[in-house]
Amino acid sequence: MSAENDTSDAPALDGGTDATAPGGGARLQPNTVSGTLIVATTLCLVCSLLVSGGAVLLRPRIEVNKLLKKQRNVLIAAGLFDTATNTDADIPGLFENVETVLVNLPGRTDAGELDAGDGGAGQLNGDMDVDTYDPRKAAKDPKQSVTIPGDLDQAGIKRRERVAAAYVVKSEDGKVSQIVLPVYGKGLWSTLYGFLALKSDDVTDMPVTGITFYEHAETPGLGGEVDNPKWKAQWSGKELLSDKGLPILDVTKPGQANAENEVDGMSGATITSNGVEGLVNYWLGPDGFGPFLDRYREGKVDFTAENPTQ
Amino acid sequence: MAEPKNTDVLFDPVFKNNPIALQVLGICSALAVTTRLDKAIVMSLAVIFVVACSNAAVAALRHYIPTSIRIIVQMTIISSLVILVDLFLQAFIPKIADELSVFVGLIITNCIVMGRAEGFAMKNGPLVSFLDGIGNGLGYSVILLVVGFFRELFGSGTLLGYTIFPLVGDGGWYVRNGIMLTPPSAFFIIGLFIWALRTWKPDQIETE
Repeated sequence: MSAENDTSDAPALDGGTDATAPGGGARLQPNTVSGTLIVATTLCLVCSLLVSGGAVLLRPRIEVNKLLKKQRNVLIAAGLFDTATNTDADIPGLFENVETVLVNLPGRTDAGELDAGDGGAGQLNGDMDVDTYDPRKAAKDPKQSVTIPGDLDQAGIKRRERVAAAYVVKSEDGKVSQIVLPVYGKGLWSTLYGFLALKSDDVTDMPVTGITFYEHAETPGLGGEVDNPKWKAQWSGKELLSDKGLPILDVTKPGQANAENEVDGMSGATITSNGVEGLVNYWLGPDGFGPFLDRYREGKVDFTAENPTQ
Repeated sequence: MAEPKNTDVLFDPVFKNNPIALQVLGICSALAVTTRLDKAIVMSLAVIFVVACSNAAVAALRHYIPTSIRIIVQMTIISSLVILVDLFLQAFIPKIADELSVFVGLIITNCIVMGRAEGFAMKNGPLVSFLDGIGNGLGYSVILLVVGFFRELFGSGTLLGYTIFPLVGDGGWYVRNGIMLTPPSAFFIIGLFIWALRTWKPDQIETE
């Protein structure tokens, strides 16, 4: 059906060398070396102008969207944003009670071992700019990230950033009521990215107030249920830290969770369930936010300090 | 083949010469983006826009495109349009853009777009090529919408996010059909669609 039905008055280009431009004159001979070069250069210039123009025009909106997405998910984990009743317009107002802080994660000694002691692990990082720091980018940058030894790598991520962002939710009287931690790790098909919110005024138990996963590619209906509100609801009130501050989350087989540290797995999604268990335990553990949470429980973290490095 | 062909060019690809059902082109993304109807709609609009504009641009430039690099020239035009679409989606409907993720970028490699640029736009005028692009985009969209409709309805019990069949898990009666949420179901639905189409238009059946 796509036969010759050319309606324009110009001769069709049949691969010959005598192609003439419409308008009669042989101004441009596309099938010569110079013609090819001219066409290619002009086209590339025009296209790159179009693309970069679009990028420059739309970049601010895209940045705002990314920020809103992050803030929305922090608020969802903290139970402050209801997707049914709240809209994106509420986010800036709700986020006013949330402060973003940067936390030094354990570094590595020269021998490559965990440096949990005097490497600043668990302290707030006052040197970097919260607004421009991108933990996702840092996790890929060899200078800003560390490798995770295989026996510690419950999350299956191999590398992680040296400095992580955490979100501190304050109640109206200015007291810290929740700490929202970013968590990520491997499920079955993909890396799951999420936020875990801990109730922080209960310093001894620090029960979970909420969890959310905002990016993953698990099987819909099976592992994809990690973002089902019903499944996430059972996390509320779970106590994931032992008396010694070590993470003890156990994602059980579906329907078998009884204890305070147990969460029902998703049916038909053992590997995703185990992945969630591993990644939460990793990020709450000694190589993740463990030192930070320890210091917090001991009352050593001062969120109000101008320069929190101690 | 005179004047009425504009409407033919526009509507033939929808059922008579459907790029997916008859030519079986571009089904990769039809599997990936049809778990929900809203994703299918956005993807359809994106493809219609890209194939129509790339067709028009290639047709307008066809006398200036050197034969030796014509595929690259077409790719450059298509890629630029796809990047613009991708940026636009990220800026204005970020939630759906997140879920479509790489598949918007993969419109570049959708055989329908390349096929129309090379097979039609290189030989025809810009206006008729533009219509041909819209027509083929519509043909693609019909399949996507049908597949998206059934997959969302039977896989999640919803349409465009509104509950049609209340799920057992939420206190309703409908047990979701898990295979509808996985890519193979799109093959089944496309297969059934082709079967229905060829029963309606027996001339599409290939002779042995």
